[in-house]
Amino acid sequence: MRRLAAAALLLLAAAAPAPAYGDPVAADLSSHVIEIGSGFTGASVVLFGATLGSGDIIVVVRGPPHDVTVRRKTKIAGIWVNGQSVAFDHVPSYYAVAASRPIVELLPPSARARYHIGLANLALEAEPPATPQEAQRYGKALIADQQRAGLFAKTTGEITVLGGQLFRATLSFPANVPTGVYSVDILLVRDGAVVGERSTLLDVITVGINAALSDFSVEHSAAYGVVAVVMALMAGWLASLPFRGA
Amino acid sequence: MDIYLPIAGVAINVFALLGIGATIGFLAGVFGIGGGFLMIPLLIFVGVPVPIAVASHADQVLGTSLSGLLGHWRRGNVDFTMGGIMLPGGLAGSAFGVWLFTLLQQFGQINLAVSLLFVLLLSGVGALMAIESIRTLLLQRRPAGVRHKLHQHTWLHGLPLKMRFRRSKLYISALLPLGLGALIGMVSGILGIGSGFLLVPAMIYVLGMPTRLVPGTSLLQIIFVTASVTFLQAYTNHTVDIVLVIMLLLGSVLGAQIGARFGARLRGAQLRFLLALLLLAVAAKLLFDLTVLPEQLFSVIEVSG
Repeated sequence: MRRLAAAALLLLAAAAPAPAYGDPVAADLSSHVIEIGSGFTGASVVLFGATLGSGDIIVVVRGPPHDVTVRRKTKIAGIWVNGQSVAFDHVPSYYAVAASRPIVELLPPSARARYHIGLANLALEAEPPATPQEAQRYGKALIADQQRAGLFAKTTGEITVLGGQLFRATLSFPANVPTGVYSVDILLVRDGAVVGERSTLLDVITVGINAALSDFSVEHSAAYGVVAVVMALMAGWLASLPFRGA
Repeated sequence: MDIYLPIAGVAINVFALLGIGATIGFLAGVFGIGGGFLMIPLLIFVGVPVPIAVASHADQVLGTSLSGLLGHWRRGNVDFTMGGIMLPGGLAGSAFGVWLFTLLQQFGQINLAVSLLFVLLLSGVGALMAIESIRTLLLQRRPAGVRHKLHQHTWLHGLPLKMRFRRSKLYISALLPLGLGALIGMVSGILGIGSGFLLVPAMIYVLGMPTRLVPGTSLLQIIFVTASVTFLQAYTNHTVDIVLVIMLLLGSVLGAQIGARFGARLRGAQLRFLLALLLLAVAAKLLFDLTVLPEQLFSVIEVSG
């Protein structure tokens, strides 16, 4: 068993190009690409791996960073309007954590903060002139909003450890998952410290007609506009045909 | 069964979209309006982002308006001279409207502007139409109606650049249809609606056109304005979702046929009264949503990818 695990580890280490340090931990995804087609309703990817020596595993999945603005509504003359806003830079567009045991049992707060584990440790960068209090308040609202949208996971996912050295986890992504390159960080934890780390990438892309249309609409927006107009006119003309005789 | 909308980036239930299309098509068939004031809130309700809903609706109205226009054209009920004068105004107005839309979007006030403008227009037109239709319904009960002029003369009829519109039997200033076209075009650019519910009463009461020519001529105007809005939205904001438009068109073609049959059974004044009630109800709902404490005080908008 031990030799088998070691062999699998070697194979995985050879297959995954991402950097590693400390105690060896090897991991890979069942697929490095999630394809968004016409009937896309979400997808799952299996993460599996092995470690040399025992320990617990924490996995952090981050979507491609983007800049967002959080606005708060205020009541003006009896009507709720968008008032003050705070801009945040480099916010992960998706965030989920999975662990083999509850994270509070695995790592002290300082280590969780250092590795940005958990929504409280996202270290959101608020743009000036936001004060620290505003940054905190609007940051909380941002997290709550992304949780409602299903883009920040509300609960920690499960990781199953087999025989102390093999592990696997199912990473599930919702239908509204943003496209781009995701990072999947795998941490090996022992005695309240991170002793090994490995990263791998996951690409979320639109495929087929969806990809063609969204690319076309941005890269050749004038032609896309003409197509949209012509298509509607054709549809309108076709719809009028049955009434011609009347 | 969900369908992924590539520009909106969300998956929405196919039957919800077909149902919305059919509902709006039904209203279009009954009342001869685009129904954007109802469709845009419905699309937002099922999860389509506001900018996508507004821009894609303009494209959908373009399709349904052409099929309507072809029908009126065959019956000779289109004043092309009037339409030709309104057109440059409409195109300039819609370009200005799309520019305003982009500006308001940058300031984060597009939702407020859209809602407020809808409340204002819907309640105004709805109230006027309700009063007029009730008066007509009451008059019809009396044995003899009072004779009145074809239309009232106001200061609008004193404007320069007068020209003759043979088909409409009108001799009015060209500035009137031009300005009306510009105003309606601007509203279309901001709200993404065909503005039929504004254009039809304006052509009857402001221009004094014969009612028979109004639907066809207003559809002619709406076609050019929505084509321009669709192109400009696609070009500047990348917000026209063709897949969404196809789903809406499929539903509305079906709904329009059922609606037209239903509408034929109602009298003109009854029709206008029902439409007035609908406009007022939507206005009341929008106003209520603006004043009641929102479920979420905070909103998150992606600035860049």
